[in-house]
Amino acid sequence: MIGDRWSRTFALGLIGVASFSSLLPIVLAVMNALKTTVEIGSNPLALPTQLHWENFSSAWRNAQLGPSLLHSAEIAILTIVMVCVTATPCAYVLARQKGKFWRFITFYFMATITVPVQLYLYPLYFIFAKLGLVNSIPAVALIYTAMFSPFAIFLLRTYALAIPVALEEAAQVDGAKPWQTFFYVILPMMRPGLLTVAIIVGLNAWNEFVIAVTFLQNDSNVTAIVRFYNLTGQYSTDWGEMLAAAVTIVLPIVVIFVLLQRQFIDGMTSGAVKS
Amino acid sequence: MWLFALPALLINICIILVPAVLTFTAAFFIWDGVGTPMWAGLANFQNMAADPVFWSALTNNFIWTAIFLTVPVCLALVMAAALLMAPKARIVVQSIIFLPRIIAVAVTGRIFQGMIFSPATGIVAWLNEHGFSISDPLADPDRSLYAVAAVDIWHWWGFLAVVFLSAMRQISVDQIEAARLDGAGFFALFRYVLIPGIRPTLTLMLILTVIWSFQVFEFIFIVTRGGPAYGSEVLATFAYRHAFFEGDVGQAAAAACVMSLFGLCATAVYLWLQITDDAQST
Repeated sequence: MIGDRWSRTFALGLIGVASFSSLLPIVLAVMNALKTTVEIGSNPLALPTQLHWENFSSAWRNAQLGPSLLHSAEIAILTIVMVCVTATPCAYVLARQKGKFWRFITFYFMATITVPVQLYLYPLYFIFAKLGLVNSIPAVALIYTAMFSPFAIFLLRTYALAIPVALEEAAQVDGAKPWQTFFYVILPMMRPGLLTVAIIVGLNAWNEFVIAVTFLQNDSNVTAIVRFYNLTGQYSTDWGEMLAAAVTIVLPIVVIFVLLQRQFIDGMTSGAVKS
Repeated sequence: MWLFALPALLINICIILVPAVLTFTAAFFIWDGVGTPMWAGLANFQNMAADPVFWSALTNNFIWTAIFLTVPVCLALVMAAALLMAPKARIVVQSIIFLPRIIAVAVTGRIFQGMIFSPATGIVAWLNEHGFSISDPLADPDRSLYAVAAVDIWHWWGFLAVVFLSAMRQISVDQIEAARLDGAGFFALFRYVLIPGIRPTLTLMLILTVIWSFQVFEFIFIVTRGGPAYGSEVLATFAYRHAFFEGDVGQAAAAACVMSLFGLCATAVYLWLQITDDAQST
């Protein structure tokens, strides 16, 4: 145990206040999602006297959450597949190849991690508009693939670096071609890394706002986040229904987070913690 | 072997590099995004320099950077140290303070508008009824930037605390024990063991904070759209407004270039750190 009694008390107090403030807005949202708008207006902090589950059904109906959640899922899955398929071989090559050219490629991917969306958003939008790719779900997934794959490449590269080269050499001695070595030796060993990548990329694609709101403009193909954004505003009137929609959109993410906390936290903090 | 890297590289170049180069070019043209671009020389930059909204947006980016280099970092450092001392609470509390980070920004923004800041349905309304006279900070041009920053801090600081905690847990227990036996209290331990122990992580997060602060867009666009009266406008909302609402892509591109210029200095430091670190690990 570190620290004396006084500092432990201080630490526990701080932990209490911090947990409370992190949870307060979430608890308020869930609580008020079950109240009528009149009840919310009279006291947002009061517990619901009666559980108005109908907020959820009317949010589902009025906001057409069903189709938009489906679009979010489609985009997330497409992005996960494309990132995993393109980033894994790339990560493997970057882990194995030495020399100036590959160092430059590594440097290039690092640089794109910090590039602001604003630096490529405008020409990209007007090019896509010309090509008829605006309002296309696969086109949005393609943009996400470009945005999220550098992160995936660097995470997977650390997994590839941990694989002993002797394993590949053994496969080569047995006459395996490079792609066979990759599929049968490397890929199975990167599986835990791929799970983390899939979770983080899926989360980012589900939650993404700027690209989705810019490139998806028809109600018939928006994601749940864009649908929610378009329907609500600072001066929304039906907060009960709005919060019910918010809870519905966030719930799948929170459930997966509770189940796979380690992958979430390790994946999102990877690259941030230096030894 | 190089074929293995080709798909990822190709997608990245088409989606990010080529349009980024076009943005630099577009900054020197008058272009509405649809018609033929017309050469403008430095006109976009001159117009921007003459626009007071641009200058207040740039100032707001600096204010934002200053806020995020201090408030969430201090909160997160103290919290990480506290969690280090409370191993039993660690796992549960770590997940609780991490939770805001995984909730979509659009949802978080609306929850804060409705449940916290709203003078009709939020905590602000409740405080007003209980004798504290507070107006809606989002409706006040002088306070809206700080109100949005508060939302982003809620979203961000817990994540930062978890990052610092992971770094602190790599400090050897012997070192902490030795300091404690020498009679170091919480603050001495914090100042002389924990902070120096996580210096590389801390430096990296500070650099990333500078980079991200010049890119900040989502929370401001969702909560205030840069308003009221451009009170919370930053370079990114300035650029977005010009490109999509005013049909002036050249102006937007010029603003994006200025934005990137400030980020670039921080990015250079970031890349230098990453490369030297990378050379050691491979």
